[in-house]
Amino acid sequence: MGKRTLVPLGPYHPLLEEPEFFKLYCDGEIVKEVIWETGYNHRGIEKLCQSKTFEQVFYVVERICGICSTSHPFAYANAVESIPDVEIPERAKYIRTIVGELERIHSHLLWVGLAGHFLGYNTVFMWAWKYREPVLDMFEIITGNRNNYAMFTIGGVRRDISPEQATQLLKVLDDVEVKTTMLVGAVMDDPVIHARLKGVGVLTAKDIHDFGAVGPTARASGVDIDVRRDDPYAAYDMVDWKVITASGGDVFAKAEVRLLEMYESISIIKQCLEALKKTEAGDIKVKVKEIPPGIGIGHAEAPRGEVFHFVKSDGGNSPIRHKIRAPSYTNIPTFRRSCVGGTISDATIATAAVDPCYCCTERMSHVFDYTTGKHIMSAAELIKLSQEKTKNLKTKLKV
Amino acid sequence: MGFKEKCFKKSLWVFHLSAGSCNNCDIEILDCLTPRYDIERFGMKLVGSIRHADVLLVTGVVTKKLLPRIKEVYDQAPKPIVVVAIGVCSCTGGMFKDCYTFKGPLDKVIPVDAYVPGCPPKPEAMLAGIMKLLNK
Repeated sequence: MGKRTLVPLGPYHPLLEEPEFFKLYCDGEIVKEVIWETGYNHRGIEKLCQSKTFEQVFYVVERICGICSTSHPFAYANAVESIPDVEIPERAKYIRTIVGELERIHSHLLWVGLAGHFLGYNTVFMWAWKYREPVLDMFEIITGNRNNYAMFTIGGVRRDISPEQATQLLKVLDDVEVKTTMLVGAVMDDPVIHARLKGVGVLTAKDIHDFGAVGPTARASGVDIDVRRDDPYAAYDMVDWKVITASGGDVFAKAEVRLLEMYESISIIKQCLEALKKTEAGDIKVKVKEIPPGIGIGHAEAPRGEVFHFVKSDGGNSPIRHKIRAPSYTNIPTFRRSCVGGTISDATIATAAVDPCYCCTERMSHVFDYTTGKHIMSAAELIKLSQEKTKNLKTKLKV
Repeated sequence: MGFKEKCFKKSLWVFHLSAGSCNNCDIEILDCLTPRYDIERFGMKLVGSIRHADVLLVTGVVTKKLLPRIKEVYDQAPKPIVVVAIGVCSCTGGMFKDCYTFKGPLDKVIPVDAYVPGCPPKPEAMLAGIMKLLNK
């Protein structure tokens, strides 16, 4: 083994929007090992959720991540509504789907822009973010805020979509479709992008299974998984759409999947808006009096993959346990395959390709014995263990 | 003309620091650069290092693990520097004030010159906040 150089990425780095620390061990320009240090963004949301009522938790989980601020409430709604087994009105289902898919469009546009920026195509960055603005405006018209929509509640949604808003939304969608075609052309036909992205950060289907990666990262490697189709929630089984996959596994395939998914999202929203006309306006919520004791499991397909929520109720006002797993949690470790063996300059786009979201990922971990369910150690105990080791060493060395 | 006014007469360079945010404020800050808001027409631009910056934008709750890093970044900044707390998390802590990793709000850690509340504040609000501060 030759001499290795450590290249730190973070915790504050111009490349990363969020505080996160990657240690790249390099031999010359080739990356040999990637170590990911996490926990900078840990806020203690799961614990906080246990001190809020079931209704209030929606606004907490919304703030797990600014980009997935529909996916988390979506998964939480699926989880909590499965405890008393509530059937929400059809109109609410369509509205939920519309908001969820609008989020996918804005998230994918955001990613295309950032990827362009990382590659040195600042024009793509400016274009994509310019075309994202009308989508955010639409959010403001429908929900009242550009981000953090506060749209979901137990048993339905909080705001209705009026026919005027629907017309406006259709117009914006037509516009976005034209711009997407333009972006697809700009990415797919550019020889430089082909040369820069093809064969970079390759993940095979085996890698995806090994790491349990989800979402567009998995679909770009030919693994055909999508929660929206495999376990339909909201209105996804009432509209006609297809799952986009690609076989390359490289960054180019991931870009392709994301760009083509936007067309599907646009088509889903259009079908939902058509279906909204057939349902009665104002019928958007059923009243749920209480959440009985029980366990609820819910998942939803976020723009980055599967979001998973587990809620345990004892019949009281607030969840007694709330567990969250975000897609980036399984997607980020794939860096150990995608970055290793490439150059440092390719590591940038290979890490960006999974669209990592660190604020989603930062949860607490416990070590416990699976067979007995006995709790072995928590983070605080691990720290204590480490301190004891130092203490023992000190006595050994007689310092 | 005071020292501060003299320093901030020309183009402002901005450094953005996420102190444990949810990404929303960060993305709205990036949004300021894009064609609709285009802060570069005022000469402002985002820089990659705190050592080049005149303005420090801080977003998010101050988490336990980031506390020493935030102090370090502030110490490295060339003085005078204007610190702006973006979003309700860094202003007061908001809904995260009871969390076990919460070590804020920001003004307990480093001196803050302006507060831009909102969850997240709109890009216009951020621009207005910085402009108000400079015209003071």
